[in-house]
Amino acid sequence: MKELRLMKGNEALAEAAIRAGTDAYFGYPITPQSEIIEYLMHENPYERTGMVVLQAESEVAAINMVYGAAACGKRTMTSSSSPGISLKQEGLSYIAGAELPCIVVNIVRGGPGLGTIQPSQSDYFQAVKGGGHGDYKLIVLAPATVQETVDFVKLGYELAFKYRNTVMILSDGIIGQMMEKVELFEQMPRENKDYEWATVGKKPGKDSVIVTSLYLKSEDQEKLNFRLQAKYREIEKAEVRFETIMTEDAEYLFTAFGSCARITRKAMEMARAKGIKVGLVRPISLYPFPVKIFEELAPKVKGILTVEMNAGQMVEDVRLAVNGKTKVEHYGRFGGIIPSPEEILNALEQKIIGG
Amino acid sequence: MSENLIKPENLVYKKTNVLTDKVMHYCPGCGHGTAHRMLAEVIDELGIQEQTIGVAPVGCSVLAYYYFDVDMQEAAHGRATAVATGIKRVFPEKYVFTYQGDGDLAAIGTAETIHACNRGENILIVFINNGIYGMTGGQMAPTTLPGMKSSTSPRGRDVATMGNPLKITEIIATLPGSYYVTRQSVHTPGNARKAKRALKKAMEYQKENKGTCLVEIVSNCPSGWKMTPVESNKWMEENMFPFYPLGDIKVPQ
Ligand SMILES: Cc1ncc(C[n+]2csc(CCOP(=O)(O)OP(=O)(O)O)c2C)c(N)n1
Ligand code: SF4
Repeated sequence: MKELRLMKGNEALAEAAIRAGTDAYFGYPITPQSEIIEYLMHENPYERTGMVVLQAESEVAAINMVYGAAACGKRTMTSSSSPGISLKQEGLSYIAGAELPCIVVNIVRGGPGLGTIQPSQSDYFQAVKGGGHGDYKLIVLAPATVQETVDFVKLGYELAFKYRNTVMILSDGIIGQMMEKVELFEQMPRENKDYEWATVGKKPGKDSVIVTSLYLKSEDQEKLNFRLQAKYREIEKAEVRFETIMTEDAEYLFTAFGSCARITRKAMEMARAKGIKVGLVRPISLYPFPVKIFEELAPKVKGILTVEMNAGQMVEDVRLAVNGKTKVEHYGRFGGIIPSPEEILNALEQKIIGG
Repeated sequence: MSENLIKPENLVYKKTNVLTDKVMHYCPGCGHGTAHRMLAEVIDELGIQEQTIGVAPVGCSVLAYYYFDVDMQEAAHGRATAVATGIKRVFPEKYVFTYQGDGDLAAIGTAETIHACNRGENILIVFINNGIYGMTGGQMAPTTLPGMKSSTSPRGRDVATMGNPLKITEIIATLPGSYYVTRQSVHTPGNARKAKRALKKAMEYQKENKGTCLVEIVSNCPSGWKMTPVESNKWMEENMFPFYPLGDIKVPQ
C-alpha cells in the first residue's frame, strides 16, 4: 500500500530499500548516513521480506560483499559518505569491469580527508568522472528531496539491472538529515530470477558462469571496453533526467543539483521579484549529464551561474555543454558551508549580470 | 589389446568432471594444480557441482575459474572472503569456497579474512601458503620465512626491519567463528590424500552450517624459490614444515 509519512531522508531511503525488494544491504557506519543501516537493523527486514542486512568490517569489505551478492543476480545495495566512498572505489571499478548491477548511496560530506560531517557536493567529480581505475561510468542520480531519494531507489534498481551497471544516488547531509513528507511506494516482492550472467550454480549441460573483470589478452580487454562504451552511449541517449524552472523567458540561468538547487530556486524567486529574468536548470542525472538542454538554452541567455557546494566541479560539464556560446561562472561554498539565497543572488548580479 | 583394457570395470582412476580440460598455466611441479584436483574431486564425490560457487583470488590462481567447472567469481586482491560472504548470505544453501594465496589472504586481505572467520561465515577457505608472491615474480610474502630470500628480501628476510612471518591460520583457529582449521600439504600422494580428506570434511561441515572452515595447504613455488620441483619439495619439508607444522589446528569438539 502507498503510504504518506513524515520521514528523515536517510530513514526514508532505508525504508525504500526494503520496499524495493532489496535482497542484501552491506554497510559500514559513517556520519551523516548511519541512520540507513540503523533503520534497517531496527526494522529487521529479514523478517519482513527476507532481506539480508550486514554490518561489514569496512567499506572495502562492504562493496566486495555487494560484488559477491550482485554477481548472484540479487538486488544489492550499500551506502556510505565521502571517506567511505573513497574506499569503495576499487570495488566500483571491479563491479564496472564485471558488469554487475547495484545501488551505491553517497550522502556526501565535506572533504578532503576526514573533512567535516557537514553537507557538501564535493564528490561530484569522483561520482561522474570515475574515481576508481579504468574507463567506466556510474549512472549518477542526484535527489533534491526526500521524495526523490525514495523514488530513486526504485528507479535505481530498474536502471542497474537494465544496464548491468552501478547506480549511484549522490545525495548530501542536508537531504539525508532533513524531515519531509514522503509518499512511500508499495512493498515490491523480492525477485527470485535466475539471470544467465549470474553465478547461481552450474546448470547441467551448460558452461559454468564466470564473473570476472580480467581479460589478459589486450584484444579481449578492448572488446570489453567497446562493449562498456556502447552501453554508456546508450545510457546517454535514454537516461538523461533534468528539471527546468522558468527557463522559457529567461535572460540568465542558474544551474544547480541536489539540495543546492532548492536554495538556488529561492534565489531565483528573489531575483524574479526584483525583475531579473532568471531560470533554473536542475540536472537530476549527473551522469548522463543533460548536455542538450544547455546546448539549447545557451544561445538564448546572457550567462549561466552554476551554484555548487564545492569549489567548481559541475561547472566543467556545463562549460563543455555550452561550448563557449555564453558566459558560465561558478559560485560555491564548501567545507560544509551552505550558501544563502541572498549570497547566490548577489553572485548572479556580480559575476553574470554586472561582470 | 588396449581396447580390451578400456572397460568401466578396469577403470581405477580418472580425471574428475569438476576439472575442465583446459591446460593449466601453473609452472611444472607447482602445488596449485594438485590442490585444485583434490578440491575438484571432493566437489565431485559429494555431488555438489551444481550447488557450488567458488571465488578465485588475485595471485597465481587468478584463473582458477578456467579449471574448476563450477560457477565462479573473480575477486579483487584480498577480498575473496568478503565476496564469498556476499554470495553465502544470499545463497545460504549453496556451497561457497574461496581459493587464496598467502599474499591475498594474509597481507592485503587480512581484515576480510579475519572478519569473515570471526563472523563464522559458512564458507570453505582454501589457503595456499607458498611463502612468496608467485604471480608477481617472487616478492616477499607475509608468510616468507625468516632469512628466506625473495626479490624484495634479496639478502633474506630480516625480521628486525621486514617483520615476522604471520601464522594467520593459528590466529584464525582462536576465533569463535572458525570451526575446522587444519594445515596440509599436497606434495606426496599420501599428503594429497590427507588434504583431500580435510577438504571433504570441511565441505561436509558447511552443509551443517557449522562455521568457517579453513584448509591451509603448505605448498611450493619452484619458480619463485628458484629451485627444481624436486628441490623445492625437499626445501619445503626441511624449512616450511618446521615453521608451519602439518596437522589439525582446530577440530570440532
Ligand atoms: C590491489 C593490488 N595490489 C597488488 C596487486 C599485484 N599482485 C598480484 S598477485 C600478488 C601477490 C600474489 O601472491 P599470493 O597471494 O601469495 O599468491 P601466489 O601468486 O603466490 O599463488 C600481487 C601483489 C594487485 N593485483 N592488486
Ligand atoms: S609462480 Fe610459483 S605459485 Fe605460481 S604457478 Fe609458478 S610455481 Fe606455482
